[in-house]
Amino acid sequence: MADATAGTDPKPKTGSTADLVRASLARRNRKQSTLQVLGIGAMSFAFLMLFILVASLVSSGYQAFTQTHITLEVFIDPEEVPLERLPRGGFDDVIEASLSSVLEDADPNDRATMRALGSLLSNGAQFKLRDRVVEDPDLIGQTVTMTVPVSDPYDQLHKGLIDRETPEQFRRLKNFEIAWFDQLVAMEAISKPLNTGLISNPDSRFPELAGLKGALVGSFWALSVCFAISFPLGIGAAIYLEEFAPKNKFSDFVEVNINNLAAVPSVVFGLLALAVFIGWFGLPRSAPFVGGMTLALMTMPTIIIATRAALKAVPPSIREAALGVGASRHQVVFGHVLPLAMPGILTGTIIGLAQALGETAPLLLIGMNAFITSAPSGPLESATALPTQIFIWADSPERGFASRTSAAILVLLGFLITMNAVSIYLRNRFERSW
Amino acid sequence: MMNDMGNVGRDSAASEIKIQARGVQVFYGETQAIKDVSVDILDKSVTAFIGPSGCGKSTFLRCLNRMNDTIDIARVEGDIHIDGDDIHAPGIDPVQLRAKVGMVFQKPNPFPKSIYDNIAYGPRIHGLARNKAELDEIVERSLRRGAIWDEVKHRLHEPGTGLSGGQQQRLCIARAVATEPEVLLMDEPCSALDPIATAQVEDLIDELRQSYSVVIVTHSMQQAARVSQRTAFFHLGSLVEYRETGQIFTNPEDPRTESYITGRIG
Repeated sequence: MADATAGTDPKPKTGSTADLVRASLARRNRKQSTLQVLGIGAMSFAFLMLFILVASLVSSGYQAFTQTHITLEVFIDPEEVPLERLPRGGFDDVIEASLSSVLEDADPNDRATMRALGSLLSNGAQFKLRDRVVEDPDLIGQTVTMTVPVSDPYDQLHKGLIDRETPEQFRRLKNFEIAWFDQLVAMEAISKPLNTGLISNPDSRFPELAGLKGALVGSFWALSVCFAISFPLGIGAAIYLEEFAPKNKFSDFVEVNINNLAAVPSVVFGLLALAVFIGWFGLPRSAPFVGGMTLALMTMPTIIIATRAALKAVPPSIREAALGVGASRHQVVFGHVLPLAMPGILTGTIIGLAQALGETAPLLLIGMNAFITSAPSGPLESATALPTQIFIWADSPERGFASRTSAAILVLLGFLITMNAVSIYLRNRFERSW
Repeated sequence: MMNDMGNVGRDSAASEIKIQARGVQVFYGETQAIKDVSVDILDKSVTAFIGPSGCGKSTFLRCLNRMNDTIDIARVEGDIHIDGDDIHAPGIDPVQLRAKVGMVFQKPNPFPKSIYDNIAYGPRIHGLARNKAELDEIVERSLRRGAIWDEVKHRLHEPGTGLSGGQQQRLCIARAVATEPEVLLMDEPCSALDPIATAQVEDLIDELRQSYSVVIVTHSMQQAARVSQRTAFFHLGSLVEYRETGQIFTNPEDPRTESYITGRIG
């Protein structure tokens, strides 16, 4: 058969169309399967990377979702904590005394031992006790039970992050400290509950006390400001450009620049905000209000582009129908086109806000990476945001911050996934077909 | 080319002239879509525009309610008078004009709202009803005129987009008449409908003739023959022939008209 040589002969033999098609079919099918394999390969690679990312975050971050606590019976010694100078009493001393009373070989008269005992508990323990006693001075002379976080090295020890096999001089905890801790574990004084402080505490120098509250509130204010500015302005600009603006060189120029604006590196917006909002207008540094305005600059092009696409997607027949019964252009846009475009607009807006939520560089430039130990009570107070908080923690030397950084990233990812899920829900729920 | 102008004058005495177009030209950018069309359209009758695709019949129809204004690159020249008033006069707003000249489109395009709101939208924006009862009355009257009342009276608050194609088109006709227009423009209203729905709409058009001046663009010569009293044949942007429907189909004057209706061009 002539077909036998077809593979080597580049010129197809003359024959019917069916023969020619058959000759080329194998090559066409091969191309298609190659494309398919490449596509599946790319997808698998993407999924693998995503899996590695999430797995590494979870494996290092899950430890931060629990926190080692110690439960202690503390005798409020009236000698150490006299009623007359209550707030400045020796609360650390009474805690150390109660520790030394339960632990063997802890000499209450040795200063070094007592200092080592004091560092077993988080630095916040004595303030927690003080607050309780100040609130209820009758506790003086009584024994109270308190549950407080242990300090970071002991937390690491309990979570198995400190290797007991390491020679003592390279270890953060000495042998006698580990022995104390083991005694406390044996007494069932140590517990490891869910770390609600991760969400409800503001930032702290001490990893066992540090939480994301300040960052969450800061991000909330920044996103609120961002939404309040970019949503109306973006939609307004998009409606004008799409529905009312004359099509001429100038509107083309504006359109090109809006598209370019969406591609400007975010750090540039940060510099702009630093120069204009803080430099000229004298707005406070580190404020979520300024952060929100900066993020709005970046979100606006996204919203404009999404809104214009959504407006364009409304079929012309609806506009004609409304015009045909005598609606003015304004009535057509606000009565028909805009409501129909709303799902698309909201989807674009939420995706824009999700981008803004994860944006770090511009916030660094306007000082939202400051160390602030209280949550802001308003948009003009200093605050951090989620991504900048991650940045700060990633930079901190304490071991406890390593897992907290991963945990904070997981929290941020959780918010992003939620926002994207909402936008997908909105799109599916309200999408219309014509 | 305008040898048919004599015909227009001849039998227009029987009925009043509603729309008078003189020397209408339409340009899309550099392309001329309509070349010097002059036509008189009578009141209380159906006028059909026929012609091959791209001959400008829809474009001309859209001149009559200034729908071409919404296309940026479209430019309309010439005079169009409705009831003796120039529709391009500076004092005339297209909104005002379109309330008077209703339009039904090729593809049924109900608003994605309830049947009731579809009809009530026009009267609402023009303030035709003072209260809910009046609006209800307008909605019922319009749906009856659209010959769809009996089919939808129990589901007025269901979406109009849920109706069948033919029902949707009659809903759109009802919507167009709800604002009490004087002229009704129909741009191939049956091209997306099946034969049964087409027959229903054609019957409706025949009834609407009692109250309105109806102008219908159609691809189907049979349809033009069935529903219209007068027919205009467009070819390559020009009005070739405009006469009584019976005459144009049985005794066309222009050879191009004859070629078209016998199926040789088109």
